[in-house]
Amino acid sequence: MALKLDAKIPAGELAQKWSNHKAAIKVVSPANKRKLDVIIVGTGLGGASAAASLGELGYNVKIFCIQDSPRRAHSIAAQGGINAAKNYQNDNDSVYRLFYDTIKGGDYRAREANVYRLAEVSNLIIDQCVAQGVPFAREYGGLLANRSFGGAQVSRTFYARGQTGQQLLLGAYAALNKEIAAGSVKSYPRHEMLDIVIEDGEAKGIIARNLVTGEIERHGAHAVVIATGGYGNVFFLSTNAMASNGSAAFQCYRKGAGFANPCFTQIHPTCIPVHGDQQSKLTLMSESLRNDGRIWVPKKIEDVKAIRSGAKKPSDIAEEDRDYYLERRYPAFGNLVPRDVASRAAKERCDAGFGVNETGLAVFLDFKTAIERLGKEIIKQRYGNLFDMYEEITDVSPYEEPMQIFPAVHYTMGGIWVDYNLMTTIPGLYAIGEANFSDHGANRLGASALMQGLADGYFVLPYTIGDYLSHKIQAPKVKTDTPAFDQAEKDVKEKIAKLFSIKGKQSVDDIHKKLGHIMWENVGMARTKESLEKAIAEIQALRKEFWQDVKLVGSENEFNVELEKALRLADFLELGELMARDALNREESCGGHFRSEHQTEEGEAKRDDENFVYAAVWEYKGMDEAPELTKEPLNFEFVHPAQRNYKD
Amino acid sequence: MNFTLKIWRQKDAKSKGAFEYYKVDNISADTSFLEMLDILNNNLIHEGKEPVAFDHDCREGICGMCSLHIDGEAHGPSQGATTCQIYMRKFKDGATITIEPWRSAAFPVIKDLVVNRSAYDQILQAGGFISVRTNSVPDANAMPIPKADADESMDAAACIGCGACAATCKNGSAMLFVAARVSSLAKLPQGRVEGARRAKAMVAKMDELGFGNCTNTGACQAECPKSISIAHIARLNREFLSAKFED
Repeated sequence: MALKLDAKIPAGELAQKWSNHKAAIKVVSPANKRKLDVIIVGTGLGGASAAASLGELGYNVKIFCIQDSPRRAHSIAAQGGINAAKNYQNDNDSVYRLFYDTIKGGDYRAREANVYRLAEVSNLIIDQCVAQGVPFAREYGGLLANRSFGGAQVSRTFYARGQTGQQLLLGAYAALNKEIAAGSVKSYPRHEMLDIVIEDGEAKGIIARNLVTGEIERHGAHAVVIATGGYGNVFFLSTNAMASNGSAAFQCYRKGAGFANPCFTQIHPTCIPVHGDQQSKLTLMSESLRNDGRIWVPKKIEDVKAIRSGAKKPSDIAEEDRDYYLERRYPAFGNLVPRDVASRAAKERCDAGFGVNETGLAVFLDFKTAIERLGKEIIKQRYGNLFDMYEEITDVSPYEEPMQIFPAVHYTMGGIWVDYNLMTTIPGLYAIGEANFSDHGANRLGASALMQGLADGYFVLPYTIGDYLSHKIQAPKVKTDTPAFDQAEKDVKEKIAKLFSIKGKQSVDDIHKKLGHIMWENVGMARTKESLEKAIAEIQALRKEFWQDVKLVGSENEFNVELEKALRLADFLELGELMARDALNREESCGGHFRSEHQTEEGEAKRDDENFVYAAVWEYKGMDEAPELTKEPLNFEFVHPAQRNYKD
Repeated sequence: MNFTLKIWRQKDAKSKGAFEYYKVDNISADTSFLEMLDILNNNLIHEGKEPVAFDHDCREGICGMCSLHIDGEAHGPSQGATTCQIYMRKFKDGATITIEPWRSAAFPVIKDLVVNRSAYDQILQAGGFISVRTNSVPDANAMPIPKADADESMDAAACIGCGACAATCKNGSAMLFVAARVSSLAKLPQGRVEGARRAKAMVAKMDELGFGNCTNTGACQAECPKSISIAHIARLNREFLSAKFED
């Protein structure tokens, strides 16, 4: 049976939809809120802001995170900033312009109504954060400062040095602490959700593992919110934190929630290249570097060889022997093309043999021209901390020699399908932030992830969840001694026992690295029918290998990191296949999804608006069964899809 | 490069721990310290031995999850960096490296190198926030804030809550951590309203949780991976005293 998808987009003019909807949905009285329980999984910007807001409203909230404190969720690592349509710079920014830039940046694969609402509430986020004491950058007059980011012609990005994610998360975490102190929110750090419990077709709670004691716990609630971020770590190497995973989202999918556009992955162009086979994670160098840095590789292959062998330094290569390929291919935007375009162009040069390090997978990001033009002091003021970080990692000073960079997996636009209320296809189960699919289409703009997490948590979910909970005011406390909880707990315990019983030869990381390799080579920056079919077959084989040959040590009744990793990898081994299947189905190129068969003569992404203006929503049918596709058509009532052009 | 690792192993909070020795060989100088531990752990798993438990997550110096005393120094030999930002080129080939968990009464060991830092959460829950409701706030530009104040607030707000300050302090004091939060909010007009209440509540909670007193040795500042200044402790003391004076 195919999924029933009702996006519940309110009728009316774009600018009125959210106001009309808020007026139409039900609210819950304070006396009744006290009787209602909500579980939130994940404490990043989405989860922490939602828990704080719902606790404040009077609901009983339980919040779970795998880290030792809610403050450590991976939102904390976001550097650049957060967008809002304040128009403080008087550059003719507006809610409509932010909406339009986001729709266009997403290559016309997101819902108009959701994106408009995101732009609409963006201004409230900045007000909220300032009131919480977030120390945003300011001008000498005491007012807030802004800067520009990719994909926009206005300055609408608010920032706190290079630590915007950290400061916004500390704001949300402080709001959460206020509610924990008040008793409305109970926090469960070092707990991992291992299953979602569905009863009578509705979400009723979760099964969680206490990561310190290994105890399997049951938690019931009238609604469950998934705020567990993205699944970029399916690639093993990414800019995500080491423990970031797709498992909570995957359990929802396994239990019947639709999973949308899994193939939409953002590959960020400016990361420090891989240095060997022992590397654990990739480090991002901020997009802001592309304001002053110029990207190049040598024109002559003999220069490439000389650099690789150490016979020549990059600074020895004469100006006329350098290929500033972004400036050559995209004269109008140059080094500031969007992330997907910059990443593919680097891959094209490296595939042609011009990669500049020993692995052949690196290009230069050079500040020579900028240092000559502005002086070392100004460059130091602008990027000093990033240059220091680069030197610490690579032992090369970017003041002397260019940085080496290469694209890396950074963010996943796909996620759990949600309607306009952020509810999944399972009643009572919600998904917010990066964990859902709703706002970024096929490519996310810089500084928009933080905006979406906080929009969902502070300003959307607290209203829309009330509409659902208003039907639960007569419902008693959710009991956890029911057959559904029994079964879910039994399944979890059996899965864990199975993992320990295998006693194979390979560590979890050994297998995860193999999966990452398959994904990067075949489901990475450029995909073909052939590579995707190959990936599906290889992942299926690797999954078998995992269930026959993984080696765990220790026991389940203790702090056991290998068990945590094995459970997450088991899900990545299914999620990876789902991503490949989705990419195979989408016979077009759009945003971060590039099918080599579908490109223009100049090698640009070629969308197919006749056949693919839809969100691809997948329904789970079993570990070794093909999932079923249902399409949610995207209706563009207010903007007209056009080919993105960065040349002139 | 080759190293001998002297690592603290402890089964759980109740067990007694001890040092054990391990060898790691053929480590590239470009390997990070935690990647070196990943390599050790992968070897141990292949030998059927339990890997060394240690906390880590973002591996770019911002989440505050990683800890470790390395050769007696919190976050190892680099200044202004967390353990995850240390690379093996900082060590001599053939060296013996001693790795221990945070040693602080308020941070009990959970396993091996992993400790429980929930005391820091509890201190912040006592008052490390501004009491505003969602959506009940003025326009962000309604109140200009001098750039110098905003910058100073940001300096203090850079704290990642890793616990190095208390773990380094010979008195086990959390003053730098508490001061960073109090000072960050005290420099902003929004935070002034509850300033006195906040300073008193957070200091009282810190004392209750068994952290020691500050005797101004400055060790915390020297080991702080974000180089938070002890000048913030002076501000906390002022806030605290004036709050007491008002009573």
